[in-house]
Amino acid sequence: MGSKPRIAVFKFASCDGCQLSLLDAEDELLGVAGAVDIVYFPEASRTMLKGPYDIGLVEGSITTHHDAERIQQVRRQCRMLITIGACATAGGIQALRNWKDVDEFVRVVYATPQYISTLKMSTPIAEHVPVDFELRGCPINKHQLIELITATLAGRKPNIPAYSVCMECKRRGTVCVVVARGVACLGPVTQAGCGALCPSFDRGCYGCYGPMESPNTGSLTNQFRILGQNDQQISQSFRSYNAWAWQFRKASEECEHA
Amino acid sequence: MSQGGKTIRVDYLARVEGEGGLYIKLKGDQVQEVQLKIFEPPRLFEAFLRGRHSSEVPDIVARICGICPIAYQMSASHAIERALGIEIDPSVRLLRRLFYCGEWIESHALHIFMLHAPDFLGYPDAIQMARDHRGTVEQGLRLKKAGNRIITLMGGREIHPVSAAVGGFHKVPSKTGLRSLVEDLKWALDASFSTARLVAGFEFPDFEQDYEFVALSHPDEYPLNEGRLVSNRGLIIDAADYEEHFLEQHVNYSNALHSYLRGRGSYLVGPLARFNLNFSRLPEIAQQAARDCGLALPCRNPFRSIVVRAVEMVFACHEALRAIAEYEPPAAPRVEMAGRAGVGSAATEAPRGLLYHRYEIDERGTILLAKIVPPTSQNQKRIEDDLRHFVPGLMPRPAEEITLRCEQAVRNYDPCISCATHFLRLKIDRE
Repeated sequence: MGSKPRIAVFKFASCDGCQLSLLDAEDELLGVAGAVDIVYFPEASRTMLKGPYDIGLVEGSITTHHDAERIQQVRRQCRMLITIGACATAGGIQALRNWKDVDEFVRVVYATPQYISTLKMSTPIAEHVPVDFELRGCPINKHQLIELITATLAGRKPNIPAYSVCMECKRRGTVCVVVARGVACLGPVTQAGCGALCPSFDRGCYGCYGPMESPNTGSLTNQFRILGQNDQQISQSFRSYNAWAWQFRKASEECEHA
Repeated sequence: MSQGGKTIRVDYLARVEGEGGLYIKLKGDQVQEVQLKIFEPPRLFEAFLRGRHSSEVPDIVARICGICPIAYQMSASHAIERALGIEIDPSVRLLRRLFYCGEWIESHALHIFMLHAPDFLGYPDAIQMARDHRGTVEQGLRLKKAGNRIITLMGGREIHPVSAAVGGFHKVPSKTGLRSLVEDLKWALDASFSTARLVAGFEFPDFEQDYEFVALSHPDEYPLNEGRLVSNRGLIIDAADYEEHFLEQHVNYSNALHSYLRGRGSYLVGPLARFNLNFSRLPEIAQQAARDCGLALPCRNPFRSIVVRAVEMVFACHEALRAIAEYEPPAAPRVEMAGRAGVGSAATEAPRGLLYHRYEIDERGTILLAKIVPPTSQNQKRIEDDLRHFVPGLMPRPAEEITLRCEQAVRNYDPCISCATHFLRLKIDRE
């Protein structure tokens, strides 16, 4: 048993949803647990073994001095470091602070702001340490997570496409919400992975898998204007769960300064 | 864990959602101080919601918690609907109950089998537990999946589903779609019943407290989305008056605000409160499950909350089946949002307890102010009070056992620290 790969799961600022995806893989969990040793996963176990680990899965963004130091230690303990979810790969929804005065934000929420220690920015893990693979999504797709772990252990490239949500929409036969109904949809610039859920629920994609490999955000911005959206609305639509991903950041800032 | 002189420390308390710590200071056998420390980094939702459009809120607040996103979507939708004067379609109301039942089943099964049962059966986690109790763990996973199937069918995915909207849903399921869940839910109903019997056979510490229980209460149904806020000490209020009665305190050792009842102090929200205050609204089958488990009213032993959760799973499976049987699709999936300014508050029953939201909205639909009080911040003070009374009775025992028992006492509340602001770090100082 000592020869099985050792996996650790770490959490930073996040909602716990992405690590929960592992527990949500109800059909695969006991199988995965048989193939690897999950030796550090505090959300699921009291047993917390020390590193080094073969694979470290990191959820969450860096928002405190303490966490900025902790991620350095985590990196040193992990042979492969994989970040999971929009918080870890793009700073998460909490990166909305990056355009604001964080002290004012803290005052809005807490009566005694001096008790709170937080950084001005919420930043993805890759801004702090080298990352071996970034698995996108808010939340991640559990099947992609299982594929990624399997591929990593087998030493092959994971089958995780970087094309857009549009491809998934076509494949499932969903009628395009932009063309047919004039609904603003981030699908053309957003990476696939969710299965094109939102258009299948009669709504536009809101970009929770972050930018696809070569997003034409300028063209989409123009389309949104044609659909009657103003610059503030367009800027906000790029500014959600992957707001700090540079392609979306740039697109939102261009609207702001248009 | 290490024991050196008068200090007992555990670096992390596991199997809770979020990062926190516990500090207990003792003098002899007397507890001098108990602090539930939450160092989960603040994410500042209430601040960045300002300036966003109210239609975005259900999606955004879901991201507060990956375990109970629907609770956030529900409280937010109801509060915004109240602000805008939107009346929802009765079919949408029924669908929301069904959606919520999915989350209750998923979250309760997660907590019972994966997070709490290992304490009672003496394992560090469910995976180790599965080596000796494979059937039990598999049953738990299948139950969890039954809840998640409801959510996935109605919302596209288990975590952060995409269908909930102010005024209703972006898209509602078909009757045929819902019927595909029935066989699974019938199995889940039986499995919940047997789960209740199983967990009722665990050993419970002899510990009771005189709690003030707070939960929603509705004249005709076990509470999920609607009802007045009531307590066993005479509180009966509308959610609109919540902030007159419940206050928040910011303590220097926690990134989560502590809630308390004005003039009274700590109170308890969650399964135990709902059960004690709403037993008569449980369907007969859930009442029967409770009686079979020997749950007498009132149940004041927090360790028995695991049994109550199982009874609530019986309820949720039964209720889900009822909702599916009665469902007729609404004329429109949602009521369009009105362009008017307003203030609205609402509370719903998250799996862990009461979840309060209030929003102030301008005439363009922009959020001017948001206030969110999650169940774990309401229970924080109560968790500390439990430990204050629980620890002295543990004193002759070895340090390792005391620590484990304290962790278990915290896990009674299924604390979701990501909500309240993950790991509990336990430190006991002895003088």
